[in-house]
Amino acid sequence: MSDTLHVKIKVNDSPVALDVPLTETLLTSLRDRLQLTGAKRGCNQGVCGACTVMLDGVAVRACLSLTANCEGQSVLTIEGAGTDRSIAALQEAFIEAAALQCGYCTPGQLFAARALLEQNASPSVEDVQKGMSGNLCRCTGYNKIIDAVRTAAQRLQP
Amino acid sequence: MSALFESVGRRVPRIESREKVEGRSQYIADLYRPGMLHGAILQSPFPHARIRSYDLTEALAMPGVHAIVTGDDFAEPNRMGAFIKDEHALAKGKVRYVGESVAAVAADTEAIARAAAQAILVDYEELPALLTPEEALASGVHIHDGVERYFKVFDAGSQGNLCSRTEFSEGDIERGFGESDLVFEHHFETQAQAHVAIEPCGALVEVDPQGRLTVWSANQSVFRVQACVAEALGIPMTRVRCLTPRIGGAFGNKMEPHVQPIAAALALKAKRTVKMILTREEDFEMVRARHPFKIRIKTGVRRDGTFIAREVEVLLDCGAFADDSPGVLGFGLLCARGPYRFPHVRCHGRLVYTNKLRFGAFRGFGNPQVSFAGESQIDDIAEKLGMDPIELRLKNILRGDDRSLGGQMLFSNGLKDCVERARDASGWVQWTNGGAPAPSAPGKKRALGFALCGHISGLLASGAIVRMLEDGTVVLNVGANDIGQGSDTVLSQICAEALKIPLENVAFVSPDTDGSPFNWGTTASRVTFMTGRAVVGAAAEVEKQLKQQASEMLECSAEDLELVAGGAVAVKGVPEKKVGFFEIAKRSHWFAGGPIIGSHSWVYDRPTIDPKRAAAIGLPFPRIGAYSFSATMVDVEVDEVTGAAEVKRAWSACDVGRAINPLLVEGQIEGGVAQGIGFALVEEMVWDGARLANPTLMDYKIPTTREVPYELHPIIVESHDADGPFGAKGVGEVCLVPVPAAVRNAVKRATGVRLFKLPLTAERILRGMLGKN
Repeated sequence: MSDTLHVKIKVNDSPVALDVPLTETLLTSLRDRLQLTGAKRGCNQGVCGACTVMLDGVAVRACLSLTANCEGQSVLTIEGAGTDRSIAALQEAFIEAAALQCGYCTPGQLFAARALLEQNASPSVEDVQKGMSGNLCRCTGYNKIIDAVRTAAQRLQP
Repeated sequence: MSALFESVGRRVPRIESREKVEGRSQYIADLYRPGMLHGAILQSPFPHARIRSYDLTEALAMPGVHAIVTGDDFAEPNRMGAFIKDEHALAKGKVRYVGESVAAVAADTEAIARAAAQAILVDYEELPALLTPEEALASGVHIHDGVERYFKVFDAGSQGNLCSRTEFSEGDIERGFGESDLVFEHHFETQAQAHVAIEPCGALVEVDPQGRLTVWSANQSVFRVQACVAEALGIPMTRVRCLTPRIGGAFGNKMEPHVQPIAAALALKAKRTVKMILTREEDFEMVRARHPFKIRIKTGVRRDGTFIAREVEVLLDCGAFADDSPGVLGFGLLCARGPYRFPHVRCHGRLVYTNKLRFGAFRGFGNPQVSFAGESQIDDIAEKLGMDPIELRLKNILRGDDRSLGGQMLFSNGLKDCVERARDASGWVQWTNGGAPAPSAPGKKRALGFALCGHISGLLASGAIVRMLEDGTVVLNVGANDIGQGSDTVLSQICAEALKIPLENVAFVSPDTDGSPFNWGTTASRVTFMTGRAVVGAAAEVEKQLKQQASEMLECSAEDLELVAGGAVAVKGVPEKKVGFFEIAKRSHWFAGGPIIGSHSWVYDRPTIDPKRAAAIGLPFPRIGAYSFSATMVDVEVDEVTGAAEVKRAWSACDVGRAINPLLVEGQIEGGVAQGIGFALVEEMVWDGARLANPTLMDYKIPTTREVPYELHPIIVESHDADGPFGAKGVGEVCLVPVPAAVRNAVKRATGVRLFKLPLTAERILRGMLGKN
């Protein structure tokens, strides 16, 4: 395991330097090295979306992203996202609509919703269904999530 | 009770919402302890084999490995099982399914632990694998040697590979069929469904300086974990303390143990803290799943539609260990009559060990399977009789003084309201009279389908302690895990309501076996009903002590006092003559009477079976009840080219007694319907020989936003159960149970294809349509 790489990234606006094995995923680095556990491991193969974070402004699956590839990039996790205008609006809307139950998928849902709203500032129900079909939730049946995303979208209108 | 409710009935967001949206909640995988080790398991490659020996040399020699446990570390008598004690924490002597845990390693890192587990050599002697109940019943090879000798909590009738058998009867079934004008008999089959809580199972076990174990885990009951760990290790319960982190969803899979006893054994052996988190694949392969059922159902009716007799026979694949299966068999049979007036009933079935993953509790607990059969058949009977299927049901459903199968009284029954409200909201009458509420697209066929059910929420024991703090606020301690459904919030609302204080003045204690009163578990739709009532009882005790204090302070009789909103005790009719909880709390802590503590505990003690009305053999749960009801309507569109069915709209009317928190009740209904749609249309665990072929989320599909209709309408029916807290009863399962049959009935009405096997895949529907043409 001597194949490690020195990687400098920014995590939630703070510079971080890590020596990581080439095969280490961003999810493992965040959770096990940095104790940023808001990104969850649900399937570890990019299907469930519970590990979704922002990498240089793009929503990515942390379980499919190699830390070694992130040199110089900026990672935003839920722990650092409270000041993000879009995330903050989504958080409030999720709470009010009861768009979460167990909460395990919620950080990932919030980033997926943020990415959707960046593409489409006032999505229809169908747009949300399409845009967020890659984030699994086993508790809610999704409709309260859809409502929350659309409520947040409305509130974010300039 | 005052008509003015302060907390009950309010749409309050979950009290822990903010920590969840901010990613601060700690689930089992998020817990870290200084110097902790990581655990990993070795799984069996064979479905059935004798373990001749282990060679741990290579694994133990790997740098960073601290301890290895195998079946040898668990003494023979230390077997677990809620109904039948047949399972060691690790395979002992034998492996009984592919994926079973054989050994476990604790090491400095998870990677080392996983590599070391693979380096363990096990010498196996393969035995014939029995992969279906029929094969197992016919075989002379026994999956358990001497199941007859295992300790059991009920008369299971175990023999060879027969794990248990149960039978209920009321009336005279043969006479009933004789008196029927028409008798229908069908065979139905349901598939294995995986729970797929998005959080995989795991545990973290610490040995404290006294040598006691502290166990955190993904679980539905800290008390159940405590009992199982103690049982598996053969140590007193006093040596095990169980706590719970936040739970990332649970649907029955986290009720009985998974890796907690294994992690505990590793921690004891390594004398270090051990954390062990399953991968998604391991979670699929070795936790548990919903039982596949084979169901024969025979129903006798009069020509006018009156139900006369029903016989249901089921055969359940138990998998390798009993787990909750005897309960699922028994409860499924108890529900197999359906909430209908049948004077003559016989429900009987067998549960058979096979060399597969253990099957166990899953939201609905056998009821979704038997309701799929019963509610599908009723639609086919209506068609034969030329009757409207909803009218046929309304003619026969339980009403008034009618009782459940077995003879239990119904203290509330909103079933008729559920049926009518789901029917009316969906426009059923207009549609069946020829109008279509939504036109079918070209190449598509569209129809409504209906089904209903009853389900319990009363069983076993719950307690509550309400403690008043020095400033007059209270701490509520119940020992019930919130698994995401919202019980922390609902129970806090009940407490706030009972004491007429703001919700913010109630602190909710995280369950802890050292400090919380016993709670059997968050399962069987029971927490609102059972624990809610314990909270009401504990609050009443606090009220009594408050009034005693106030009577001394106001110099009047306690009988002349009442609680008034905002946390005060006042003279009845003289609201200005009052003392606040703050003053009372000060007095009780520092001057007279002592700190105020109220507690209440109870166990559901209404017999399941009234022997004067019904007979039962192999009854696994002598005291359960408190029935909730529901009715589901779905609008389904079938693609004529591909056969794919899509639920376009759904209405689910649930009789919840009273909705303590309608926002959270809606959440239960929406989530339950979504899970029911998954069970109906897309979910199926598939075995390739003895090996589970789809233990990943890539290969096992659960509903996404594309499969659940946005038009999913929860309809709350309130029948005010006299037994429940503020009239409430459970909702967690009734919302799911009728969904598969409703979808099946819609597919039939749309296409004419009658299916008898779940899931209703595009292939099965298309084959049906082609065959018909």
